[in-house]
This record gives sequence, C-alpha cells and structure tokens, in this order.
Amino acid sequence: MAFDQSPQGPDIVVSGLDKVFGHGEAAVHAITNANLSLERGEFLSLLGPSGCGKTTLLRIIAGLEAPSAGNVQIRDRQVWTAGRRSGEATRPISMMFQEARLFPWYTVAENVALPLRIAGVGRTERMARARRICDTVGLGAFVDHRPGQLSGGMRQRASLARALVTEPQVLLLDEPFGALDAMTRDTLNLELMEVCARARVTTILVTHSITEAAFLSDRVVVLAPRPARIVETIEMPFPRPRDLDLQRTSGFQNMVGRLRKVLTEGAA
Amino acid sequence: MKEKTLRILLPVIAVLLFLIGWSVYVRTSEVSAFVLPAPEQILLALSGMIADPELWYHTRITMTEAVSGFAIAVGLGITLGFVMARVPPVEWAAKPFIVLLQLIPKIALAPLFVLWFGFGLESKIVIAAALAFFPVFSNALQAFKSVDPGDRDVMTMLQANPWQRFVMLDLPTALPVVLTGTEVAVVMAMIGAIVGEFIGGSEGLGYLAVMHLQNLAVPQLFAVIVVLTLVGLALYAVISQLRRWLTPWHVSVIG
Ligand SMILES: Nc1ncnc2c1ncn2[C@@H]1O[C@H](COP(=O)(O)OP(=O)(O)OP(=O)(O)O)[C@@H](O)[C@H]1O
Ligand SMILES: [Mg+2]
Repeated sequence: MAFDQSPQGPDIVVSGLDKVFGHGEAAVHAITNANLSLERGEFLSLLGPSGCGKTTLLRIIAGLEAPSAGNVQIRDRQVWTAGRRSGEATRPISMMFQEARLFPWYTVAENVALPLRIAGVGRTERMARARRICDTVGLGAFVDHRPGQLSGGMRQRASLARALVTEPQVLLLDEPFGALDAMTRDTLNLELMEVCARARVTTILVTHSITEAAFLSDRVVVLAPRPARIVETIEMPFPRPRDLDLQRTSGFQNMVGRLRKVLTEGAA
Repeated sequence: MKEKTLRILLPVIAVLLFLIGWSVYVRTSEVSAFVLPAPEQILLALSGMIADPELWYHTRITMTEAVSGFAIAVGLGITLGFVMARVPPVEWAAKPFIVLLQLIPKIALAPLFVLWFGFGLESKIVIAAALAFFPVFSNALQAFKSVDPGDRDVMTMLQANPWQRFVMLDLPTALPVVLTGTEVAVVMAMIGAIVGEFIGGSEGLGYLAVMHLQNLAVPQLFAVIVVLTLVGLALYAVISQLRRWLTPWHVSVIG
C-alpha cells in the first residue's frame, strides 16, 4: 500500500480556485478564490444555499471539471495547476454524485460491484463484497433488484454503497442523504462516520443539513452565493467517537445556531 | 365478452371477412384469374410448393443473403456510428458522404453491385447490406452521442478503460435505439436480397417470383409473396426476441 506510507502534509489542498461558466453578459461566477486544506482523515462539510457552487467545487477537486484559475492537489498528486490539468485524480478517490447515477442494465449488486469489476476484481469476490456493503446501507434484501425498482432514497443508498465498496482513501459526497427520512439518515450518518474513522478516510461532504454538517465534521465551510465565496470555516470541537446523544447537548445546539446565523448572514 | 377475447377474436374475424370478400369478388366479377387469383387457389398453389424441396432451397438462399447483408450492416453501422460519435472530426469529414448516401436511392445502385460482384450470392449480400446499413448507422450515431455526460463521469471516476466504457456504458445505453434501427434494417435487407435476385441470378425467392411471372403462374407468384412475407415476419420476430433478451430493463420491454 504505497499510499499508507505516503506524504506528510495535507491530503487535499485547494488554493486560489476560481470558476466562471460562460462568457461576457451570461458569465456565472460559480467559485471565487476558494482555499481549502484537509489533513489525512479529516472530515469537512460544505454548507451553503442552492446554486452557490458546491457541486462545481467538488467536481473540480475530483478532476471532472476544469477551474478557470487555481490549483488542486490530492495526496502527492497535482490535479490542476493554474487552471490546467496536470494529472488525474486517481483511484483512491471515490465520488458520490448528487444524482444516484446507477446503470439500469445492472442489478443493484452489479452496480455496487462495478468499481471492483473495473479494477479487475474477480466476480465471486466482488459480488460478495458488494452484498456485504449493501447490507450495511440497508439494501440487503434488494441486491437482485434493478435500480428502476428502487425508491429515490434507496437509489441514493446504493450509490453510497458503490462509492464505499472500493474502500477509498478520499471520499467526495454530493448531498448523499438528500432523499432520506430522518431515521435512516441518522443510521447512515453513524455508519459513514464509523467507516471514515476506521480507515482514516479524508472526506468532503456537501449537505444542506446544518445538523448533519455539525455532527459529522471536523470543520464546516460555509459558502454564500452571488458572488460565490467561502464565508467562514468553523471547527466542530466535539470529541470523537460521537453518538446521537451529542445532538441533544447544549454545546451542539449552540453550534447549530451559530452555523445557521453565519449561513443566513452570508446569504443576505 | 371480455376485452381479451375480443382482442384475439376481432382481428381473426376481420382477416376471414377480407379473404371471403376477396374470394366472392373474384368469382362474381369479370376479373381474370391471371390478374387476381382467388385466395383458395393461392393456398392450393402454396401447399403444392411447400411439398417441393425446391421452394425450401430458394427460401434458404434468400434468407442467407438477407441475414448476411443484415449482419454486415449491423456490424458496420454500430462500429462507424460509435467512431463518429466519439471522434467528431471523423464525422465532419464523413458528413458529405453520409448525406450523399442518404439521398441516393440505394435500390438504383443494385445493378452496379451485380456488375461488380457478379450474379452469385455476393452481389445480393452487398445490396442487402447497403440497404440495411443506414437505419442501423444513423440510430447508432444518435444513440452513442446521447450517452449521458453524468454517466460518463461515473466511468471517469472509476478509471474505466475505453473498452470497459464501451461494454459497460455506451453499448447498453445505445442498444434500445440501435435495436429499433435493426427492426427497419432487417426489412430493408430482405428487400435488397429480393431486388438483387430480380436483376440477375438463378436462385432465391426473387428469382422464383420472376420465373412464375414469365410462366404466367399467377397463383404460384402470389404464393411466393406469401412465403416472403412469412420469412420477413420470422426475421422480425427474432429481433423482437433479441430486444427482450438484450434490454430487459428498458421501457420498450417492460412498459
Ligand atoms: N455546466 C455548467 N454550465 C453553466 N453554468 C453552470 C454549470 N454548472 C453549474 N453552473 C452554475 O454554477 C452555479 C453553481 O452550481 P452548482 O451546481 O455548483 O451549485 P450547488 O451549490 O451544487 O447547488 P445545489 O445545492 O442546488 O446542488 C449555478 O449558478 C449554476 O447555474
Ligand atoms: Mg449541487
């Protein structure tokens, strides 16, 4: 495992990032001068209103979208340098998209096993691993269904399972729990926290839920729209391991209140 | 009566009424049996021909030509469609030829193909392929172009190689639309094979039809048309079955 004895210093570095869509009158400034730095195993959330550039930022970090200016470095690999591609964001990175993006021609288990199949893992092993991870996200009974037969929330869970099946070292999650009820959301939050802590996964989570951001994160980055920018980065000083009781403490409630305030002031 | 029974019964009754009307018309009017034989005469001719191995020989020839031409068209159509969808400069360069090929009545090329490829099976296969190519190609081109960029991002993040992308994403995405193209193509391939046999050659159902025409064996001519229709129907049924096997997830199968 080359990556385990790997580099000192931060895992993800974003510096001076700018993104403009379109030209002239129609130009949309989606990101202005974004700077982020994540240590190995750190959990960071992006919190901000719809349209403030969260998905765009995540896609640039993943190497899917070119920034207009700025640098992105993941591990020892430079992905973007001064707005130009300088490398691939490679395998230890896993991304879960805002839409589930499952392939209708595969069963749920085959979809979840797809990353392993592409990596060359044999059928028996990859299907066993896919089934195991489907169990963890509560889809054990649906592994042989097709995505079209699942509810929206179930599809999101399958998509999360697909993102986790490779045991990634860097995880980018775009609103993974948007379509879930509060109970399932709590369960999956705990599950995610456990997975990330166990393997020291460096994680960036996009979410609209203040509670979720505060509960899961080491730091929360609050973004604002028009012009899209980082308003403030706030530490979540709660000790780990955390459990759901934390959400009832006054310290946590105060933090949620503070985040809400920063969020509304940023949007104003 | 239940709707289900009606759905089966009504078309049967309609066809029977049509045949009876046809028969009565031929008997009562002055129309010559050389122009329009009665359906029962055609049936009689057909049953005579079915017993004769010669009909089966010619049927096999025509099917070989049509299916070979169809297979070539499908292979070429999917390959070229994919290449042009993924490498736009190739499409730009090929555009004038595509438009030209689309506008030429390809049937008119049939005599040329006979000239180039002779009076044997080859020329018929080429004509069948030429006619069947376009529906497959144009559907494949459109289908491969419309693969969702978001789905392609998934494959990019998974670092799929080009072959994995093709097998796991492009082909399954395109398949339903390509299959629709092949439904048209299989009919075109039949037409191509028959026209080729009309023009030159000494075997196949098209040749048989011309022979019966020259002998003024009109009921036999009609019988050949019936056989051709049945062959076309069989090929079409195979494609429908393929759709069921290859794209069981798609609305065209489920819905
Ligand atoms: N491909 C694109 N072309 C042009 N403009 C785009 C494109 N993608 C995003 N934008 C614009 O960039 C801005 C930020 O979009 P983005 O998808 O990053 O928002 P978001 O924060 O993820 O919102 P949401 O919470 O609704 O998902 C929006 O104003 C959007 O219109
Ligand atoms: Mg978004």
